[in-house]
Amino acid sequence: MKKFDLIPAALLGLVVATGCFAQQGPIPIVGLVELSGTGATAGTNFDNGVKLAVKEINAAGGILGRKIQYTSMDTQSAPQTAKALAQKAVDEKAYVVMGPVFSGSFIVSMAETKRAEIPNFTGGEAANITQQGNPYVFRTSFTQTTAMPKLARYIKDTVKAKTVAIVWVNNDFGKGGRDSMTKALEAQGIKVAADVSTDPGQVDFSAAVLKVKQSNADAAFVYTNEEESARALREFKKQGYDKPIIGETTLTGQKVIELAGDAANGAVAHVGLTVDAPQPQIKAFDQKFQAEYKYKSDHNGMKGYSGMYVVKAITEKIGKLDSKEFAKALHGATIRAKDYPGVLLDVHFDANGDLDRESFLVKVEGGKQVVTATLPPVSPIQ
Amino acid sequence: MVDLVQLIISGTATGAIYALCALGFTLLWQASGTINFAQGEFVMVPAFLMLFFINTAGLPLWVAFLLTCLVAMILLGYTFKRAMVDPLIRHGVIPLVIATLGLSIGVKQLVKAGVTAQAQPFNSIFPDGLLSLGALRVSYMDVGTLVLAGLIVISLQMFLNRTVTGRAMQAVAQNTDSARVLGINVARMVLYTFLINAVLSVVAALLVTPTYLAKFDMGESIGLKAFYAAIIGGFNQTRGALLGGVLVGVLENLTGAYISPAYKEGVALMLFLVVIIFKPEGLLGRTEERKV
Repeated sequence: MKKFDLIPAALLGLVVATGCFAQQGPIPIVGLVELSGTGATAGTNFDNGVKLAVKEINAAGGILGRKIQYTSMDTQSAPQTAKALAQKAVDEKAYVVMGPVFSGSFIVSMAETKRAEIPNFTGGEAANITQQGNPYVFRTSFTQTTAMPKLARYIKDTVKAKTVAIVWVNNDFGKGGRDSMTKALEAQGIKVAADVSTDPGQVDFSAAVLKVKQSNADAAFVYTNEEESARALREFKKQGYDKPIIGETTLTGQKVIELAGDAANGAVAHVGLTVDAPQPQIKAFDQKFQAEYKYKSDHNGMKGYSGMYVVKAITEKIGKLDSKEFAKALHGATIRAKDYPGVLLDVHFDANGDLDRESFLVKVEGGKQVVTATLPPVSPIQ
Repeated sequence: MVDLVQLIISGTATGAIYALCALGFTLLWQASGTINFAQGEFVMVPAFLMLFFINTAGLPLWVAFLLTCLVAMILLGYTFKRAMVDPLIRHGVIPLVIATLGLSIGVKQLVKAGVTAQAQPFNSIFPDGLLSLGALRVSYMDVGTLVLAGLIVISLQMFLNRTVTGRAMQAVAQNTDSARVLGINVARMVLYTFLINAVLSVVAALLVTPTYLAKFDMGESIGLKAFYAAIIGGFNQTRGALLGGVLVGVLENLTGAYISPAYKEGVALMLFLVVIIFKPEGLLGRTEERKV
């Protein structure tokens, strides 16, 4: 009789032991990133940023004493692949999912992580990402509805333009930006003189630039992804365009400057994150990233890096690995750079998963981003 | 009016690059009945080879260009012919078409996985700036592209029409059996065609990569447009490839500027469909009869 009593006890012990073992194993975090296709520049940078943060966090003892096991998967910049990989991340019981960076892919893939109640960080900026009531979505950059009004004010007050030609890429990111910018310009009394749509992956911008020139607008606003931004800047220079070229983060990224060469000089952009910002924690990040990857990070690398430190900060705040609790705790949370330098700037998350923090106006001069102004958060961070 | 002239000049420059690739299509077809759907990748590979010679080996651009021509002739000319075309062409065109489609995918994946998936910058051989002729302002890049591509095409035409080797190549293109009876070394002439195609691809890479940027998939668009251009002009006429290339380049620019940039990419396809329906031999092509 005693012998048979021992079996369930032994089984129970085994289950408990296995559970304890699992509790001590690494924390699975999955990256859904654009490592090829039109988003390769953005995705690779984001992925490298995450990897650098993971390396540092693991070297410092991990999160709550456990190491992070980060696996990145290539979405090939295709929404359907991103969705399939999001399901794979769910199957692998990811604690948090990082990416995709492209808004179009994220909008499709986030349904899977929402169903599994896994917090999902994105580098995407399309306004509608956080307007769908998904409590598990969090940004690593500004939403377009936050960024565009700042830029429209700059166009009115500093550039003093009365008309603007908009060149945008016809995907979720571009459409969202174009709509937000059009509204923001109208609110400032600025007229849109030309509305020029371009294709993702477009290689020839001669017709688009000519349309801008024909519109005779006071300035051009270019809102395309990195590679297309570089090609557009080259074409603007080729056609001798001499009016201000203004954009958002993607216009003056490091990769864009590298690809566009001299053609990038003079371009002005509002950027949420830049390695050329004066903050010491950003300077430290820049040095570490360059030492690790032998090139300068763009804003996407900073998004991935700071996003992973947000994961660390919130997990340590709740004191356990619980995806649902994590999502609840991050809504309304403020994380300060003095406590967690890896978040790079003091940051506040609202109830939708949108973030607020300082941002910068930059101008490309001599092949480098130069910060010309630091803009305060939309609401003061308490 | 000034805009229109600028558009036509810039479109002709782009079209001249399409024409270089389309010429390769027509030359291979005429000499050996080969349709190479990896033609776009034949432009992409030299772009990366030149970057390797410039960035890694530290060589000046012109040396990199010459070395790339040499490597391309060996790899994309001789090896392509011996390893893929010769064994397959005896089974008909279709197996070769499928094989070149596979080659296209394979080469892209190889560069993507083995080199980089990200775009790389490539400097233009022409200076920045604009050439002003009255109110007309044309970039040096467009003028340079037009002149260089024009020189290459004229030289090729002179080579084909005015040299013994060129005429022998034309003889092979017109009738292989008769050429063989006349004592022409057919195999050698066909090989020359493949070597010329490889060099044309290197020149196209030199001209197009500053705009397209060096990337594993940069050949997709140019390969497809060159194929359309060759069909539009006439697949069995080298002059047809020129006309097709320039026509596609100019119409793309005009559509983009006067209708919408969104329709620009569809121009070549529309023109291709119209030609296929109303003049299937192409605008300058000759009708070929085939015994059944």
